[in-house]
Amino acid sequence: MAGQSPRRQWWAGRQMGIAAIPPMPQRRVGGMNVRGDAIFRSVLAVFAAIILVIIGLMLVMVVTQSSEAWRKFGLGFITGTEWAPPFSKFGALPYIYGTVITSVIALMLAAPIGVGCAVFIIEFAPAWLRSPVSFMVELLAAVPSVVFGLWGIFVFAPWMRNGPDKFLVSHFSFIPLFKGPTFGLGVLSAGIILAIIIVPYITSVTREVMLLTPTNQREGMLALGATRWEVIRYVILPFARSGIVGGSILALGRALGETMAVTMIIGNRAQIKPSLFAQGATMSSVIANEFAEAATTLYTSSLIAIALLLLVVALIMNVLGRLLVWSVARSR
Amino acid sequence: MATGVVRQYGQFTPKVMRRRRTVNVIMIGVFSVCAIVILIPLVHILMYSLIKGASSLNVHFFTKPPQPPGQPGGGVATALVGSGIILVMASLIGIPTGILAGVYMAEYGNRNAFATTVRFVADILLGVPSIVIGVFIWTLLVRPFHSFSAIAGGVALAVMMIPTISRTTEEVVRLVPGTLREASLALGIPYWKTVMRITVPAARSGIGTAVVLAFARVGGETAPLLFTALGNNFFQKDIRRPIDALPLRLFNYAIGPYDEWHRIAWASAFILVFFILILMVLIRRIARGRFKNVV
Amino acid sequence: MVEPTAALEPVHLRPKVAERPAQGEAAASQANVAMSVEGLSAFYGKFKAIEDVSLSFDRQNVTAIIGPSGCGKSTLLRCLNRLHEIIPNARAVGKVMMDGQNIYAPGMNAVLLRRKVGMVFQKPNPFPSMSIYDNAASGLKLAGRVPKDHLDEVVERSLRQAALWNEVKDKLKQSAFNLSGGQQQRLCIARAIAVQPEIVLMDEPASALDPISTLKIEDLMVELRKDYTIIIVTHNLQQAARVSDRTAFLLGGEDRIGHLIEYAPTKEMFTNPKDDRTEQYITGRFG
Repeated sequence: MAGQSPRRQWWAGRQMGIAAIPPMPQRRVGGMNVRGDAIFRSVLAVFAAIILVIIGLMLVMVVTQSSEAWRKFGLGFITGTEWAPPFSKFGALPYIYGTVITSVIALMLAAPIGVGCAVFIIEFAPAWLRSPVSFMVELLAAVPSVVFGLWGIFVFAPWMRNGPDKFLVSHFSFIPLFKGPTFGLGVLSAGIILAIIIVPYITSVTREVMLLTPTNQREGMLALGATRWEVIRYVILPFARSGIVGGSILALGRALGETMAVTMIIGNRAQIKPSLFAQGATMSSVIANEFAEAATTLYTSSLIAIALLLLVVALIMNVLGRLLVWSVARSR
Repeated sequence: MATGVVRQYGQFTPKVMRRRRTVNVIMIGVFSVCAIVILIPLVHILMYSLIKGASSLNVHFFTKPPQPPGQPGGGVATALVGSGIILVMASLIGIPTGILAGVYMAEYGNRNAFATTVRFVADILLGVPSIVIGVFIWTLLVRPFHSFSAIAGGVALAVMMIPTISRTTEEVVRLVPGTLREASLALGIPYWKTVMRITVPAARSGIGTAVVLAFARVGGETAPLLFTALGNNFFQKDIRRPIDALPLRLFNYAIGPYDEWHRIAWASAFILVFFILILMVLIRRIARGRFKNVV
Repeated sequence: MVEPTAALEPVHLRPKVAERPAQGEAAASQANVAMSVEGLSAFYGKFKAIEDVSLSFDRQNVTAIIGPSGCGKSTLLRCLNRLHEIIPNARAVGKVMMDGQNIYAPGMNAVLLRRKVGMVFQKPNPFPSMSIYDNAASGLKLAGRVPKDHLDEVVERSLRQAALWNEVKDKLKQSAFNLSGGQQQRLCIARAIAVQPEIVLMDEPASALDPISTLKIEDLMVELRKDYTIIIVTHNLQQAARVSDRTAFLLGGEDRIGHLIEYAPTKEMFTNPKDDRTEQYITGRFG
C-alpha cells in the first residue's frame, strides 16, 4: 500500500496538468514487472492468434467437408453444367458462370464511376459538399445487402423491365446479349445492383490512396501551368494507379461473394444463356437457397465445395488487392 | 533562332488554352456526373426504405409474433428479440477478442513476423464472403450438434466482427503519441500497465468507433445466419435452438408471395436502415475529426 | 520575353553588384522590372502570414528573400505564381503586377501565369511515373502534341542549361528517381526552364542537398540569370550573399505577421544595413 500512494499522487498531478510533479520514485525493476509484461504479451498474442485459427479452421473444415463431392466428381464438378439434386448430379458451371458474369458487369460499371466519384470528392467538390458526400458513400457501404435486395425486387426490377430492358431489346436485340424476353429479374439487374453495392467501396479505397499523393508532386505539376484535370491525369492517377487496381480487385472479391441482394434479384435458375436478361444463379445464391434443405451428404458436400471455390477465389483476390493497395502506401 | 521555332509549339496560345479549358470543364462535368450517378440510387434506397418502411410500421409490428401465411396482423417481435440475443452473443465474443488482438498488433506489431501475419490475415478475413462464414460455422457448430442454434448465429457474426474491430483498434492505438507512452515508461511503470492505463484509455473513443463500426457491419447481415440461426416463428429462449432474426425475416418475407409480408419486410428494412443510420451518425460523433482518417 | 539587349550582355561568371545598374530613372527602371508587388497580404484562414509587402523584382537579376523561419518568405514566393491559393482557405489580397497586369485581377488565369513564372521547390520533385526525358518535356507537352525533333531539341537545351545534360544524356529513358538528389533538383530546374518562363521562383532549392550539389545549383543560378529573372527564398545568408543582386529581408513580429523590413542591393544590405533588425539578423543575433 505504501508503494501505491506516491504513484496515486503522481497520477493525480498529471491529470491536473501540473508539469512540475517530480518523477515517480523508481520501484523495484525486474521480478514482477518483467513477468507481468511477459504474461500480458502472451495473453494478447493468444487473442491475436484467434484470427489465424479462424482462417486455418475455416480452410480445414471447408476442405474436409467438401471432399466427398471432389472425390465423386473431381474437376468435373467445376465443368459440369447439370445441377440435379434428385439424381445426385452436381456440376457447378452455371453458378460459376452466373457469378463471373454478374461480377464483371458490376465491376465494369462500378470501377469507372467509383473512381470518378472519388476524384470528385477529392479534387472538385466544394468544401461544403465534401463531407456530406463522403458520409453518404460511407453510409451506403453500411446498408445491409438484404435491403438492397428488397429495393431491387420491388423498385429496381420493375423499373428495369419497363425502362432500360425494353429500350435495349427494341434497339439492340441483334446482339445476343440483349435478346428478350425480359423479366426485370435477371443477370443484368443483379449485376447493376451489385455495382451499386460495391461502388461505395471502390470510392473509399480509391479516395484513400489518392489522398496519399505527395503534395509536392501536385504542386510541381500546377507550377508548370497544369489545369486541375491535368494534375489528376499526370500526377494523381499515375500515383494511385496500383491502388485503384487493388481497390477494384478487392471490390471484385466482394462482388463475387455478395449473396443476399443477388439471390433476391437474379431469378435463381441454373442455366447458361447468352442473354443478359435471362435469369441465372450464382455460387453464393445457390448456397443461400439450397443449403438448409440439402437432404443428402453428397448434396451438402457439393454446396460446401462451392463455398470452397468462393473462399479460394476471395482469398486470392484479397491477397492481390491488399498487396497492390499497400504498395501505394509504401511508395511514398 | 531555334527557340523561335520551338515557341510556336509548346506555348499556351489562345487556341491551346481554349482546348485545355474545355477539356478541364468536360472532365469536371464527367466527375460530377459520376458522383450524381452514384448518389441517385443510394439516396433513393435510403429514402424509399425509410419512407415506405415508416408508413408500414405499427404497434403489432413490434409486439406480435409472425402470423401464419396470408393472415394479417403479424409482427416481428420474435425476430427483434432473436436479433438482440444473437448480437449480444456476437459482441461478447467478438469485442474483447477484436480489441485485444488489435492492441497486440499495435503494441508489439512492429517488425514482428507473427503480428504482421495476423494483420494480413485479418485484412483477408474481412474479405471472406459472409456466406462462406455461414457455411464454415455450420460445419463447426451446427452439423456436430445436429441443430441450428442461436449460438452458431452469434459465433458467425463474431467472426465477422473480429477483423473489423482489431484492425481499427490497431490503427487508433497507433495514433496515441509515443511520447505519452515514453513518459510513463520513463517513470518505471511496467509496459503492460502503461498500455492498459495510458495507451488504451487514450484511444478509447477510437476503439468505441471500431466497435460501433463492427456492429453496423454485422447488424444487417443475413447470409451467415441463413443456416446457423435459421429462423423461427416462435419465441425461443434456448440458445441451443434455432432462433429468428430480423434480416432473415426480411429476406423470407421479401421473396414471399403475400402483400402483408411485403409490408412487414419494408418495415423491417426501415428498422435496419434506421439502426445503421444511427450508428453511422454515432461514429461521426465519437470520432469527431480525431480518427476521421482511420475509420 | 527575353530582352534583346540583355541577352547580348557579356557573360560574367560572378555578378558583381556594383557593376549592375542601380535604380535608374523612373522610365528605365519600369522597363527593367519583371514583376512588382504592391501592398500584398496573404492569409491562411484567419491567420495573416504576411502584411502589406511591396517590392519589385528586376529583370535578369537574382533576388533573394531572406528571413528567419516562419516569417512568410515562402508564402510571399508562392503568392507570385498564385500557388498560395491552392491551399484550402488560403488567400491573398493586394496587387502583383506583371507585364502591366495585376495577376490577382478578376479574370486573370493562374494557369497562364504559372507558365510565365516557373517554380523550383525545396525538395526535388521530379514526377516518379515519368522518365528523365518526359520530366524535362512535361511542361511543353501540356500544350498538346509537339513534334519529336522539337521536343528533343527543347529537352537537350534545357538539360544543358541546367548543367545536367552530360550526366544523363545516355539514360534519358530511365526513371528520374534513379538520379541523385542534386541531379533531381537540376532536373526540376530543367523542367521549369524548358517552357522558357520569364521568372523562375526557387523555394530554398538547395536546402535538401549536400554542399557539392548546393554549389552546382548556385553556379547554375548565376548562369541562368543571363536569361531569366530569378527569385530565391533561402535561409542561408551566405548563399544569398553569393548569388543575389538584391536582397529582401522579411521578419515576423510578435504577432507572427511577416513584414518586409528592408530591400536593397545585396552588397549594400550585407555591408551597410539600414535597419537595426536587419543588422541583428545578418550578424546572427536572432533567427
